[in-house]
Amino acid sequence: MFGLNIQNFSIRKVYTKSKKESIYMRKTTEIQEEVTIKFAGDSGDGMQLTGSLFTENTALGGSDLATFPDFPAEIRAPQGTLAGVSGFQLHFGSREILTPGDEYDVLVAMNAAALKANLGRMNPGSTIIVNTDGFDKKNLRLAKYEDGQNPLEDGSLDGFEVFEIQVTKLTRESLKDVPLSTKEKDLCKNMFVLGFLYWRYNRQLDSTIEYLSSKFGRKPEILDANITALKTGYHYGETTETFTTRYNVKAAPLEKGVYRNIMGNEALVIGLITASQKAGLPLFYGSYPITPASDILHGLAQYKNFGVRTFQAEDEIAAICAAIGAAYGGNLAVTGTSGPGLALKTEAMGLALMLELPLVICNIQRGGPSTGLPTKTEQSDLLQAFYGRNGESPLPVISTSSPADCFFAAFEASRIALQHMTPVILLSDGYIANGAEPWKFPNASAIPEIKVEFSKPSENGEPFLPYGRDERYVREWAIPGTKGLAHRIGGLEKQAGTGEVSYDPANHEYMVKVREAKVEAIADFIPKQELSIGPEKGQALFLGWGSTFGVIKSVAQNLLAEGYEVAHAHLRHLRPFPRNLGAMLDNYDKIIIPEINNGQLSKIIREKFLKEVIPYNKIQGVPITKAELNDFAKQVLG
Amino acid sequence: MSTTNGTIPLAAKDFATGQDVRWCPGCGDYSILKQVQTVFAELGLDRDQVAIISGIGCSSRFPYYMETYGMHSIHGRAPAVASGLKLANPDLHVWVITGDGDGLSIGGNHLLHLLRRNFNVNVLLFNNQIYGLTKGQYSPTSEEYKVTKSTPLGSLDHPVNPLAFALGAEGTFIARAMDRDPKHLKEMIHRCHEHQGTSFLEIYQNCNIFNDGAFFTFTDKETKPETTLFLEHGQPLRFGKNREKGIRIDCFHPQIVDIEQDGYSPGDLWIHDETDICKAHMLARFFDAPDMRQKTVLPRPFGVLYATERPCYEDLLYDQLKQAVGQKGEGQLDELLAGGATWEIG
Repeated sequence: MFGLNIQNFSIRKVYTKSKKESIYMRKTTEIQEEVTIKFAGDSGDGMQLTGSLFTENTALGGSDLATFPDFPAEIRAPQGTLAGVSGFQLHFGSREILTPGDEYDVLVAMNAAALKANLGRMNPGSTIIVNTDGFDKKNLRLAKYEDGQNPLEDGSLDGFEVFEIQVTKLTRESLKDVPLSTKEKDLCKNMFVLGFLYWRYNRQLDSTIEYLSSKFGRKPEILDANITALKTGYHYGETTETFTTRYNVKAAPLEKGVYRNIMGNEALVIGLITASQKAGLPLFYGSYPITPASDILHGLAQYKNFGVRTFQAEDEIAAICAAIGAAYGGNLAVTGTSGPGLALKTEAMGLALMLELPLVICNIQRGGPSTGLPTKTEQSDLLQAFYGRNGESPLPVISTSSPADCFFAAFEASRIALQHMTPVILLSDGYIANGAEPWKFPNASAIPEIKVEFSKPSENGEPFLPYGRDERYVREWAIPGTKGLAHRIGGLEKQAGTGEVSYDPANHEYMVKVREAKVEAIADFIPKQELSIGPEKGQALFLGWGSTFGVIKSVAQNLLAEGYEVAHAHLRHLRPFPRNLGAMLDNYDKIIIPEINNGQLSKIIREKFLKEVIPYNKIQGVPITKAELNDFAKQVLG
Repeated sequence: MSTTNGTIPLAAKDFATGQDVRWCPGCGDYSILKQVQTVFAELGLDRDQVAIISGIGCSSRFPYYMETYGMHSIHGRAPAVASGLKLANPDLHVWVITGDGDGLSIGGNHLLHLLRRNFNVNVLLFNNQIYGLTKGQYSPTSEEYKVTKSTPLGSLDHPVNPLAFALGAEGTFIARAMDRDPKHLKEMIHRCHEHQGTSFLEIYQNCNIFNDGAFFTFTDKETKPETTLFLEHGQPLRFGKNREKGIRIDCFHPQIVDIEQDGYSPGDLWIHDETDICKAHMLARFFDAPDMRQKTVLPRPFGVLYATERPCYEDLLYDQLKQAVGQKGEGQLDELLAGGATWEIG
């Protein structure tokens, strides 16, 4: 049935085009280099889906892009209120796009609250598309406009290009013959808006219709209603006189190759599975649902045909402890969480460190402390990752700098854990996890193997030394069930070599030092730090980690273009640091460290290199904008 | 008897490690260790096919004394570690050693979930009704008003009933034994091993330093016949010095009767049925609960209160893995990397 629909549609489209040639001719098409669109509505309005579908469609057109979803903490926050506004930001263009954009060129506001919450980031002259049906008395009151005030009528939008569309009414009209309730029909209004934008940006509808058919294939009425609303929105743009201009954003000069669109948590999932395949070990993922890490659990659970064992544990502690059990049993064991969950896993991380078993601990950071800002982003836990355990307990720390980069970070974290017999903390954050970008994905055959060897069964009866070490200070991995290697491990201090319980003072000091040396030695097995842009010596180096990659690089680009001698280095390896980092820092007069926290990397760099650094910190649960970092850098550079 | 791999059968002492056993002299743990080693030898288990996982506490030192694979993990978390290990390596014989504090206080949550998920692991809970390793604070199984270092005026906590807890957690094998009855203990350890699913064995264990004689009434020769009830599947509930007493069900209430004096035959008594969950719940309530009509205390049941079959978590998971391959085919990395929609720039 659906196949027929597509066919009908494409035939009708051709027909429409030829028949309405005259209308077409009067409409002009303008080329734009880049656009930032914000889709904003009530949390029940389907803005995340609208944004994602528009993004997918944009990616298929070959533009470079970056997205940033911004949703309320509550699943269904009170309807129509400012707290209930859900947003999706998309920046796309025909040149390299590094951030989701500071300001919006186009705002789609489904109701009064959505307009009010976003108006502050609109430049004069930019475009606002409003659903006027979301501006009735009740909506205006809920959005906390004063009695009698309506921004659509009082001139407060003067200077903007405003398109007022009765989205709700038009959607209902288009569906008047459809046997659905009004409430169900109203759920289709986001498709009307999407259709309208597709017209405005000269797009094909196929990818969205395909998506809808896979989602609603079993509910033909709902599928038809969504497609009808989508097409009605498209035709509305085409036939309404008010809309005279369409826009084209051409493909970006991306590197040659095959691309897909990818979100951060999705890339992390694929990276873990790839590591498991390349290591030849089953993947075990123990987790307890927590925002914004839950999508990793959901994602991995879909890939049981890759032998992935997902285990939704009873709590954060059980999640990591089950992963430790699986690591003991010879799996690539992973646990995932966000800040408060990492705090709960603290003691178990210490156990894994003491046991010297491989384990990947993914922390998708969010605003802290405590429950903090669950749906907002923050580089909150670098210090927790570094220091948050009892005793002398160094762990390698890896970070990811963009949605697609999560693939490589997850693979690298797994490699280090497996080859160096240590837990590894992988830091991502909400901004990366839910953000998306195009990804030139690799061929499986081009990805290196992760060589892992278990201890061999004992043949000659020689005693097995579970805590013997190689030249990298790495111990062997002896899997229960292996003949002749029965041994005990545990959280008590161990005698070097034998692994038996030991309270010997000199042994304890030795073991503390050797565990540290093992982590430090990883620096010999990671790439040197490179610059993402800029000269090898100069006025200032921007040093960053994590989700600030895009904003820092684009600010550095601007400053370089203006003649400043600045460079940007972005750290993947936070512990241990690449061996050349200290020398790199010495090549610049100033070190500027922008972070979405209160200066955590700054503290560590000062401590490690005894160097003065200039922190730039924003702790508002939202990313740093180009404009604010640019202004700050200019003040610093003088 | 031969082992699974056909080599020379091991003796109990072959399951002992070179480590000095460091429990206090006279501790009930020695007896349990000996019985476990004996049963493992009797079962012909291969040392390399066993993993013993513990938490923290006196009993949790157990893995160090067993020449098998083992992990002395962190407080209360052994059930979670054991779950992950069993999933990674379902062929291993996994035993969890825990205590009343480790298993029912700090690790109560994990024990609950292990039991309901029904991994095929065996849990031995050493209950001594006291915190021994931290030197004598009351535990979640200590009796009310217990005077300890942390409760000089008496504890205000109402104790947990471990077997009622395990039944409530949907456990599939619930049993009780005591350190001072090695023959019965051995039998129960055998039963744990045989059971497919999580077996939960509470073992009354005397802490002769901080809580000496806590179970004296059940273990002492003089009182044991009157205070204990040894359960046997298909047999009537009988106890007493000359097995002259029995339990019958009177209007849903357990009632103690004297078979001869009251004119009952054994056939009138409650016949033990391990598979009856309702009766198991009643037996779990034989926990100092007086028979209201006779103002007497019901004897404490020992043996298997409940045993049933339910699929094990790890089997279900492996079935799902197979099923996923059946539905989608073996995962292909290139397909995974490409995902759904792709486009080419060139």
